[in-house]
Amino acid sequence: MDFQVVVLAGGTSRDLAPLVSRELPKALLPVAERPVLSYVLDLLEDSNLKDIIVVVEEEDPEVTTRIGSWVSSAYADRLNVEVGVGTAGALRSVAPHLNANDILVVSGDLVTDVPPGAVAATHRRHDAVVTALLCAAPVSGPSETGVSSGKDKAKKPGRYNIVGLDSTRQFLLHVASGSEVEKDIRVQKGMIRAVGQMEIRVDLMDAHLYAFKRVVLQEVLEQRSAFESIQRDVLPYLVRSQLRSEVLGTGAHQEEDGWHSKTSAENILTWMSQHLSSSFSGFQEHLPGSNNPIAVPRTHKCCAYIASKSKYCVRLNSIQAFSDINRDLIGDASHISGYSFSAQNNIIHPSAKHGVKTTIGQNCMIAEGSQLGDKCNVKRSVVGRHCRIGSNVKILNSVVMNHASIEDGCTVQGSVICSNVQLQEGCVLRDCQVGAGYVVSAGSEHRGESLAKK
Amino acid sequence: MAFPVGSYNPSESLPETSPLPSPSSRVDGSEYSEDIPWGGRGATGRVASSFPGSGGEMLVTNPGANNLQPKSSLTTASVMKMPPGLTEKGKGPMTEGQPERGGTKVKEKMSKAERRALQEEQRAAKAAAKASGDGRKPATGTASVSAEQSKIGKPSLQKKDSTQVSSVPEKKGTDRVLEKDRKKDVPPPRMQFDDKSRVEKAKRRAVVNQSEARNIVELFRHLPQYVHGTQFPDLEAKFFQLDPMHPSVYKVGLQYLAGDISGGNNRCVAMLLAFRDAIRDYSTPPEKTLIRDLTARIGIYVSFLIECRPLSISMGNAIKFLKNRIAKLPLNISESEAKSGLQADIDRFINEKIILADKVIVSHAVTKIRDSDVLLTYGCSCVVEMILLNAHELGKQFRVVIVDSRPKLEGQALLRRLVRKGIHCTYTHINAISYIMHEVTRVFLGASSVLSNGTVYSRVGAASVAMVAHAFRVPVLICCEAYKFHERVQLDSICFNELGDPDVISKIPGRPELNHLDHWADNEKLHLLNLTYDAMPSDYVSMIITDYGMVPATSVPVIIREYRREHVWI
Repeated sequence: MDFQVVVLAGGTSRDLAPLVSRELPKALLPVAERPVLSYVLDLLEDSNLKDIIVVVEEEDPEVTTRIGSWVSSAYADRLNVEVGVGTAGALRSVAPHLNANDILVVSGDLVTDVPPGAVAATHRRHDAVVTALLCAAPVSGPSETGVSSGKDKAKKPGRYNIVGLDSTRQFLLHVASGSEVEKDIRVQKGMIRAVGQMEIRVDLMDAHLYAFKRVVLQEVLEQRSAFESIQRDVLPYLVRSQLRSEVLGTGAHQEEDGWHSKTSAENILTWMSQHLSSSFSGFQEHLPGSNNPIAVPRTHKCCAYIASKSKYCVRLNSIQAFSDINRDLIGDASHISGYSFSAQNNIIHPSAKHGVKTTIGQNCMIAEGSQLGDKCNVKRSVVGRHCRIGSNVKILNSVVMNHASIEDGCTVQGSVICSNVQLQEGCVLRDCQVGAGYVVSAGSEHRGESLAKK
Repeated sequence: MAFPVGSYNPSESLPETSPLPSPSSRVDGSEYSEDIPWGGRGATGRVASSFPGSGGEMLVTNPGANNLQPKSSLTTASVMKMPPGLTEKGKGPMTEGQPERGGTKVKEKMSKAERRALQEEQRAAKAAAKASGDGRKPATGTASVSAEQSKIGKPSLQKKDSTQVSSVPEKKGTDRVLEKDRKKDVPPPRMQFDDKSRVEKAKRRAVVNQSEARNIVELFRHLPQYVHGTQFPDLEAKFFQLDPMHPSVYKVGLQYLAGDISGGNNRCVAMLLAFRDAIRDYSTPPEKTLIRDLTARIGIYVSFLIECRPLSISMGNAIKFLKNRIAKLPLNISESEAKSGLQADIDRFINEKIILADKVIVSHAVTKIRDSDVLLTYGCSCVVEMILLNAHELGKQFRVVIVDSRPKLEGQALLRRLVRKGIHCTYTHINAISYIMHEVTRVFLGASSVLSNGTVYSRVGAASVAMVAHAFRVPVLICCEAYKFHERVQLDSICFNELGDPDVISKIPGRPELNHLDHWADNEKLHLLNLTYDAMPSDYVSMIITDYGMVPATSVPVIIREYRREHVWI
C-alpha cells in the first residue's frame, strides 16, 4: 500500500530515570516481561507492514548497538537502525531511505491495539498531509495506598493535549500540548471563520502515531531546520498553516506525468478541482474556492483519527505510566500482551516456585525461574525472571525486574525495582523507584524516593 | 423422455433417497437407458442425433428446462430407475457400487458432484456450442450423473433452475472474451439477493465484511442491505492486508463507503482515475497475457467497489467501455504501448463524454433560460449547477428555487455555492413543492441515468417534483450526458434500486428531542426503508438535454442504438 514505517525508539529519557540507563535504554524497558518496543513491532507485523525503520535518538553508540542487536535477534526481518538527535532530527537522518508515498511515524513507547491501518486509511481517504492518532487520555492508575505524591500532580498537566477539531471530528484545526500551555490558548480567527465551528477537547491525547505525506514531511524538515520535535514543532506548524499552505507549492505537480495532451490534462484538473473537491465535507467547502488551482497557493488538510473507547492506547512516558501499563497489560488489556492466563487469573511461569502459604493474587505475573519463599503475598504485580524472594515478603502493585533479590520480611508497595537490585532484610519501600544494581540496606524505610547507584 | 435439468444440482437433495426400484422396473430402465444422452462412452454423438439441439440446450439455458416441466411427472419415475439401468449397462465399477454402499459414498460425492456438475454444465455448453462429438470424461460424467440421479427424491426443479441461471452470469464475472462478445447485447442479470446459497458464496469472496441488516423490508429483499456502522471500521482495519488492491482503488472505495463522493459524474470520474493509476502501475505477471490478466484485475477492483457501494449506471457504462477497450487491444502490442493507450483512452473518455458533454449541455440549456425566469431544481446535480452559474455569468436575470429533502440534504451545498456567486435563491423542502410550484417557470433536473423507454432514473424525490411540475404545466428539462443512457427498461422503482442506511431516517438533524424512533430495530414489526433512487415516467419529461442536442424522451433508444456502437466502442 505504499507506506513506510519509521519507529522512533528513543534513547534514554530523563522522565524514566532511574529505570532506564545506558544498559537498559527506554526502548528495551520490559513491560510485562517484554521490551516495550516489541509491542509496537508486533502491532506493525500484525498489520502486514514489513518495511520498518527503527530510529534511535541517542548519540551514544552503545545504546544503538544494544537496541539494534535485540531487534535483529527478535525480528529476523528487514529493519534498519539509524541514529539521530531529537525526533525530527532522527527523521532527517533517515530521509534518504524514504521513498514511499506516505510515512507512518510511530513512537516506540506506544502500547496500543489500534490498528495502524485505520489511521492510514483515514489519511488516504482525505488525501491529508498529516493524520494524527488521538486517543482518550488515560486516567492515572489508582494505587492501593491511595497516595499520589507531589510528583504525580505535577506530571498530570504534562500528559494531556488541547485539541481543536472540526464539527465532523475528522479534521485537526488546532493542537497544543498541555506542557506548553499555561493559561491561554491562541486560536486562529481565520480558521474559525473558514470552518464555522470548532470543538476544543482536553480529554484526547496525542498518541504519537502519525501518517505523513512524504514529500511534505521532507519539505518541512528541509525548510525548517530548527524543528526538533514532531509533536512540538512539525505538527503544530502543519496544523497552523492549513489555510495558507506553502508546503504543497510544487510537489503535487510532479505526480502528474504521462499525459498525452496538455489540454485534456488541464481540463480534467480544473473539472476535478471544481467538482470533486467541492463534493467533500464541509471543511473544504468553506475554504476559498479557486477557479484556477494551479497558480494559487493551495490549502492542505490535517486529519485526526480518534480511536474508539474500546481500544487501549497508552504511551510510556512517565513512571506512573510504566506502572499503569504493567498493571493494565496483565489486567484489562491482556489481549495485547498475548499471555494466557491460569485459572486464578494470573500468569505464573511453570518454572517459578513458591513456598507454602504464599498467595499470589489475581492479575499477577511471575516470570520463569523466580522463587518465592513462604508466606509471601503478591498482589497485582509483575515479578521478573530469576528473582529470589524470601519469606514474609509483601509485594503489592509493584514491578520487580529480573534477577532481583528480596530478602525476608520486606514490603514493596507501589514501587519499581529494577534488575539486579538487592533488598536486604526488612526493607519497606513505598512508591519508590530503585535503579539497577542498587542495594537497599536492611531495615530501611523509603517513601516516594528514587534510589539509584551514583 | 427428456432429462430433468434438476439432476445437475445435487446440493439440495437428500442423500438418503437412494432409490431401490423393483426388479421388474429394471426392464423399463434398460429401455430408457438406451436413449439416455448420458451414455457418455462415445455416445454423445448420439446425443446430437437423438436430441437434435434440445439435449444440449437443456443444459445451457433455462427456458429449455421449463419446457420440460410438463413431462416431469413421467420422467421422475424414469429417473429413479435409471441408476440400475445404467449399472446394468456396466458403465464402471463406481456406478455399480453406488446403490450398495449408499450413504457414505453418496455423501462423499456430494461436494465433488456439485463441482463436477458445474463443470459438466460448462463443458456441455461448450460442446453444444461447438457441436463437438465426444464428452470429455465419460466415466466421471456418468458417475456423477448417476449419483445425482439417485438423490432425486422430489424434483425441486424450480429452485435448481434459478440457481443455474444466476450461476451463469456469476461465472461471467471472470474474463471470457468470447462469451462477453456474445452476451454484449444483453446486459447480464444482477445478483439477486433472495437466493441464500449465492449470497453465501459471494460473502465468502467478499473483501469488505458485510453483515446483513435486520428488519429488511420484504418488498426489497432482492437488494443488498447491510448494517452500515460496521463496514467502515472493518475495512479500515484491513488496510494493509489487502494486497491485490491498488491504493488508488482502495481510496476510492473508502470514499464511496464513507459517502465522501456522491453524484454519478463524480463517482465515475474518481473510479476511472483510480483505474488509470492502477493501469499505470500494472505489470503483466509472467506467462499471462495482458488482456486476460488485466481484465481479471479490473474485475477484482470492480467487485471491491461494488461491495463498498453498488455501482451507478454511469459507472457500469464506463466499466463496459474500459473492458471493451482492453479486449480490443491487438495481441502483438507491447505492454507499455498497451498501457499508455489505455490511459489515453480513459482520458479521452472523461474528456469527451463528461467534460465536453457538460459544456455542450450547458450551452444548449442556457438558451432555454430567459430573463425573469424562476427555475426550480432538486437536490444537487453538478450539471444543473454549471447551467445556473453559466447563465448567471451571461447576465441573465433569474431566480432559483432549490428543493431539498432528508436525509441527505444535498441541496444545502448547492445553495451555498449559488449564494456565494450572487444568485437569488429560495430554499425549501420537498413537502412544500406544491406550494412553491405556482411561482416556477421551468424545472431543471439532473439524472443518474435515462433508460430505454424514456424513464429517468434519478435521486429519490425527483419523480415527485416532476409529477407536481407536470400537474402545474411547468416544463421539466432533464440534463443528462449521453454516456449515462442505458438500454434497460424499468417501469417502477422497486425492481432495481439502492437501499441506504435506514438509521439516518430515524433522526432529524437539529431536533434531538424527536427521538421516538431511537430503538426502531428492536420492534420486529417496524421496518424503515431508505431508497436512494426513483424512476420518473417519461410522460412528465418535456425534454432531455444531452450532448447530442435537446431531444424528446422517446429519442433515447435511438441515441443508444445509433451512436453507442460507433462512439463509445470506438
